[in-house]
Amino acid sequence: MSILIDLNTKVLVQGLGKTGQFHTDKAIAYGTRMVGAVHPSRAGTEFHFEGETDHSGVPGREDTYTADLPIYATVSEAVADTGANATVVYVPPPFAADAIMEAAAAGIGLVVAITEGIPVADMIKAKRYLQGSGTRLVGPNCPGVITPGECKIGIMPGYIHQRGRIGIVSRSGTLTYEAVHQVTQLELGQTTAVGIGGDPVNGTDFVDVLELFQADDETEGVVMIGEIGGTAEEEAAEYVKSEMTKPVAGFIAGTTAPPGKRMGHAGAIVSGGKGTARAKIEAMTVAGIVVAETPSDLGEAMVRALG
Amino acid sequence: MAARGIPVPRGRVARTVDEAVAAVRPLIEESGNPVVVLKTQIHAGGRGKGAFKEHPDVCGVNVITDGITGGPGAAEEAVRELAKRMLGSTLVTIQTGEEGKKVSRLYVEQGIDIARELYLAVLLDRSASRNIVMASSEGGVEIEKVAEESPEKILRSEIDPAIGLAGFQANELSHGLGMEGEPAKNFVRFVMALADAATELDTDLIEINPLVVTTEGQVIALDAKVAFDDNALYRHPDIADMRDETEEDPAEVAAKNSGLNYIKLDGTIGCLVNGAGLAMATMDTIKHVGGEPANFLDVGGGATADQVTTAFHIITRDPNVKGIFVNIFGGIMRCDVIATGIVEAVKRVGLEVPLVVRLEGTNVDLGRQIIEDSGLEVTNADSLRDGAEKILQLTEHL
Repeated sequence: MSILIDLNTKVLVQGLGKTGQFHTDKAIAYGTRMVGAVHPSRAGTEFHFEGETDHSGVPGREDTYTADLPIYATVSEAVADTGANATVVYVPPPFAADAIMEAAAAGIGLVVAITEGIPVADMIKAKRYLQGSGTRLVGPNCPGVITPGECKIGIMPGYIHQRGRIGIVSRSGTLTYEAVHQVTQLELGQTTAVGIGGDPVNGTDFVDVLELFQADDETEGVVMIGEIGGTAEEEAAEYVKSEMTKPVAGFIAGTTAPPGKRMGHAGAIVSGGKGTARAKIEAMTVAGIVVAETPSDLGEAMVRALG
Repeated sequence: MAARGIPVPRGRVARTVDEAVAAVRPLIEESGNPVVVLKTQIHAGGRGKGAFKEHPDVCGVNVITDGITGGPGAAEEAVRELAKRMLGSTLVTIQTGEEGKKVSRLYVEQGIDIARELYLAVLLDRSASRNIVMASSEGGVEIEKVAEESPEKILRSEIDPAIGLAGFQANELSHGLGMEGEPAKNFVRFVMALADAATELDTDLIEINPLVVTTEGQVIALDAKVAFDDNALYRHPDIADMRDETEEDPAEVAAKNSGLNYIKLDGTIGCLVNGAGLAMATMDTIKHVGGEPANFLDVGGGATADQVTTAFHIITRDPNVKGIFVNIFGGIMRCDVIATGIVEAVKRVGLEVPLVVRLEGTNVDLGRQIIEDSGLEVTNADSLRDGAEKILQLTEHL
């Protein structure tokens, strides 16, 4: 098993600009079932993809691929026509929150928002709109979700992943790759890797993903990577302490970040003495999470946690 | 704020003695308060405690009470005498340095008789994914201190994005602060206008501290701090225009204009990294092995060779930098692109300090080859920790 996505996930792409095209091509090369695109100005046409297969992805495919992706004006039309049950959003920041709400209105179960730079007020509204809708949002400002060998939604490099038994959840893109890389080198492999994004208002949080990993038979341990700002890591630590039976290893970025400065991610800021790395590391340690001293020690920390 | 129905002290800018005098009578008539305050307008704090070089007995901020017994005419005369000495003179405060700042503008403000000082703010509650109103009866004090010492004095109310702050919520806050009668009505109007302003202006934070209740029952923002959401500035060009880049670090401005994320720190090891989380973790690791990072620098997910060159420029311009650590985990960003950027940058900028490069991810072999073929003096690292240790060794004796 895995969480969120697998071989049966049928994926739409919203926003087929330069970035959307590039990553859709990579996803198809990986073997992801991309079924359509939503891009109103090109509705009614098809977009042609072809290239060399990424053999680190879905096994048993030929060495090259071609695909003609139908383009739709609206998400609901695309869903009706393709049966898509997931979507990935590359729409530019001013329109991205609207794209997320449109996907939810069309009844899509999983929305992965890659877009960076969405206004906070827009996300507050989108999140309110999603309440009770049955749609799960991952992101925004995240690398996406991947179940190695089955489905890749987002911008992560596929080849560093290997199917295995560790779940990974992270607020940072490149730090996720760092963890994945080490877990792969140690031949533990991943069940699913989830980037929850670096924004202050996001959809899925650490606790949501930890719950899914806890319930997933194949996942034997979890790597969780947080950073300064907010209290999501403390809430996650609380959950690990009270509910989780599987071993967890972790890392928190930003021990040396000066207070009051936004460290690249909109959500990575220590303000009013809140959201420090120290408080998070302490909460995680108390919860029995093995916290790595540097990202280079993440794999080893996972091995130690597994016992 | 005034344009959005949020009461602030009335006042007028004056560039000449006559303008200052002319401002007095209308202010007294509008506010009904015979007291006025004459302030210098300079870009420095500590004005109230600062004094003029030419007139050591005159402060930067003066409360003029002559109007109480003598009427507006007496207030005007007092303002005239003070303004003559203040305009064109040099004010020295703890923030101006010894040379002081020449005063060319004054601000004449209404006097306020303070009955109570409160704290009021609208800010994001990340756990709730909503803005909240935060209020406290402890005005004029830092809210962090109140939160620590007497958290029960802090009131909170969530703002539903679809509804805004509801009337009953404003009433609850007013009641919780112990307001009654006219001040209570004015407070409710104030807090609702503030919640609307926060939404309309895309603020990360509006903090009114202190919010004062006057003896006449008015509710006025005496001091305010506003932080805007950078991601939403595109829909507020008027606010974007208010940005004063001369008040920011020039290297940080240059980086921002090139699409780079740079924050200067006090250490000696310059870092160039892709991704915000990895950039923070690189700083942490340098510190962990015993060094001090000179900066945070995230070149982003899709940096070009040009941006890498700019990043190098910015790092090497910092005189504290004794060595540079490049840490790249190529995902979308290919290692060969980064390598090309590094080689070009070194050729253009020159390299006078040790350089350690750690490349991993997409096209890593190609990237390493490019650096090797360039003949540059570069130390390769296998991992983040290895790189941090190597740059520390290379710079320790410098």
